[in-house]
Amino acid sequence: MIAIELLVAQNIGFAVIALVMIVAALRVVTTHNVVHAALWLVVVLSGAAAQYVLLAAEFVAVTQVLVYIGAVMVLFLFGTMLTRARIGTERDLNNPYRLLGIPVAGLLFAAMAIAIVSSFGDEQLPSDPRVIGIPEISDQIFGAYLLPFWALSFVLLAAIIGAIVLARKD
Amino acid sequence: MLTGQFLLLGAILFCIGVYGVIARKNAVLVLMSIELILNSVNINLLAFALRNGSADGHTFALYVIAVAAAEVGVGLAMVLLIYRNRRNIGLDELSEMHG
Repeated sequence: MIAIELLVAQNIGFAVIALVMIVAALRVVTTHNVVHAALWLVVVLSGAAAQYVLLAAEFVAVTQVLVYIGAVMVLFLFGTMLTRARIGTERDLNNPYRLLGIPVAGLLFAAMAIAIVSSFGDEQLPSDPRVIGIPEISDQIFGAYLLPFWALSFVLLAAIIGAIVLARKD
Repeated sequence: MLTGQFLLLGAILFCIGVYGVIARKNAVLVLMSIELILNSVNINLLAFALRNGSADGHTFALYVIAVAAAEVGVGLAMVLLIYRNRRNIGLDELSEMHG
């Protein structure tokens, strides 16, 4: 009985967070103010972190908060403020053919929704899932997936050097 | 919780991100839409990790976060360079690469 009530609470939490995320994501792609778009993106990323907690992925949720909300958003705000003369509403942010994006996104969503519903119609997630702790994730990263980890290290190094070379004044 | 509800949330966020990439002209806003797409992929990866009881999805989600951080760093450096040379970051006016 307690387990069922817990599941209902989880579903309500999922619905509320998902609704907030969808509204915020729509604001990200429709607002006329770049700074507002960045702040709405913070809402979406926080909601995603909350969904990761619901999916029993605490470590990924913490990483999401640290990397995305901590570092990437600061980069976005830097980029906004370094490339714009004024902070405020701007008219010229959208393409003239932006209405073309609505049928494209709609058709894409219809195809994915049909595929998801027909494959996973009413399949329940396991109610008492196997807990995946940080030791197991680190065993994966430094064991089976060591080669991608090395590649990722080189990608990050190249990105740092590339960003410095690109943004340097000379 | 159903598996499909997380996958549908991921699909909705993915489609909003695709719309943003098509509709936006400002390069910083296009990068934000790409972040939406990457986050929807992460939600899918973690939903399948919970469904299969495996740690692979967690690993891949962490890799996706790292690659996204690198991508934003390089992308914003490019945007700054374009802005410095052209005083404008509208993507529709960048036509030098047509050859």
